[in-house]
Amino acid sequence: MKTTQILIAGFGGQGVLFAGKFLAYKAMNENKNLSWLPSYGPEMRGGTANCSVVISDMPVGSPIITTPDVLIAMNLPSLTKFVDTVAPGGKIIIDSTLIDAKVERTDVEVFYIPATQMAKDAGFATLSNMILLGKAMAACDAVSFDNLKETFETFIPAKKAGLIDMNCQALKLGYDFT
Amino acid sequence: MAEKVLMKGNEAIAEAAIRAGCRHYFGYPITPQTEIAAYMAKKMPKIGGVFLQAESEIASINMVYGAAATGMRVMTSSSSPGISLKTEGLSYIAGSDVPALVVNVQRGGPGLGGIQPSQSDYFQATKGGGHGDYRMIVLAPASVQEMASLTIKGFNLADKYRMTSMILADGTIGQMMEPISFEDAEIETYEKPWALTGHGNARKHNIVNSLYLQPDALERTNFERYEKYAAIEENEPMWEEYMMEDAEICVVAFGIASRVAKNAVVAARAEGIKVGLIRPITLWPFPTKALRKAADQCKRFISVELNMGQMIEDVRLATECKRPVSLCHRAGGMIPSPEQVLESIRKAQKGE
Repeated sequence: MKTTQILIAGFGGQGVLFAGKFLAYKAMNENKNLSWLPSYGPEMRGGTANCSVVISDMPVGSPIITTPDVLIAMNLPSLTKFVDTVAPGGKIIIDSTLIDAKVERTDVEVFYIPATQMAKDAGFATLSNMILLGKAMAACDAVSFDNLKETFETFIPAKKAGLIDMNCQALKLGYDFT
Repeated sequence: MAEKVLMKGNEAIAEAAIRAGCRHYFGYPITPQTEIAAYMAKKMPKIGGVFLQAESEIASINMVYGAAATGMRVMTSSSSPGISLKTEGLSYIAGSDVPALVVNVQRGGPGLGGIQPSQSDYFQATKGGGHGDYRMIVLAPASVQEMASLTIKGFNLADKYRMTSMILADGTIGQMMEPISFEDAEIETYEKPWALTGHGNARKHNIVNSLYLQPDALERTNFERYEKYAAIEENEPMWEEYMMEDAEICVVAFGIASRVAKNAVVAARAEGIKVGLIRPITLWPFPTKALRKAADQCKRFISVELNMGQMIEDVRLATECKRPVSLCHRAGGMIPSPEQVLESIRKAQKGE
């Protein structure tokens, strides 16, 4: 029996909710239980957004994450806000292009990945979210790293299907990053 | 296995309503339930239905009243301050004995309050809100699946008893996504000989009205309505019991609070505390019998709510104050953490 709580946090427009959505569909396609909860409050209106995804073998209890197992931090305010909430032994994925700070905690595993720079270099500047998510998928085994294209196809409308390949590449860049 | 789709709670309500045969939606936007209206705006024109954004909440509930009088399945949705505006119409709908579905995706109050999730409209939903002696069937979903299934159930019960069913949800369940299936939904249909459908001189005309100037006639409608309410209290309570078999402490929570409470119950069981959860699914009729039975077995009750303590009064009434009932709560859009609920379970264990 296993439950993974994943919190994705950043500025509005960085694709926080989209990354969470992909993860949610991936889990659903693997017949896992899951919940996806966006922030919709004043913090979203003020610029920062976050998204809580719980993936479990059992029915999901609370969809509200108080101690994430995995934190993806896409900006400094998000890292500052959530770093101390991460469960001991948890993983923190940090966009090191945008965040200079280092995590001082020693009871968590931290991955610094220059996702924004990598996305620019690869020619898809807006996909740093998927690079970070790819790294998160490598760092925890909440879902498997296969059938990426099929997963996108379950929720991306046909007129945007042209973007799927790039998203898969971005996930792979992050997944392979060491 | 039934095919699953991933949906927001608000969207699940809208899709379920359409599947239940609702073709008339009247609303006015307000966070955090606007996805219901947005979904209806997109879908209704394609299936020959009506989506109308009214000039106000008061106009929209009166449109619901009018459409309901014709026997159509009709709904509106709003969030707390908007529901307050609709309560006049809810009273008229009750006084006229027409069926309708009303959704309240609650946010913090009172007043304009905030936009974060809350359960502080429990009193308003279960004790009236509008004027006069009346009840609404109040259904409290705790998952996106139940947002769908209780919407369909709500339409069925509304038609069966000719009254309003209210879905009392909150911002969290409205905004969250979970995989759901629509395949098990049972859609019931009822004859509506009372409906204003045009009589073509073939029958006596029907009247839908809530005005009775003769007090004895008005009293009669009240007594008849309360016979109906008594039947509902007997036949329709719904609840879930979780780990109650050997429980000595009983947590009572509905909606999103019950999800948090479930985590706490699991954690407390891991510490060896014999605790269970009763989750009312219908808030009216309240699952009184389940609570009364639990009072024979459990030494303490804890009511977990996203308000200042409203359902706790019904827990005390149902258990006839035989056992102490404590309150574990947050308000104003805040949500108790599983740790907070766990702490209150530990305290109950110690008899505090």
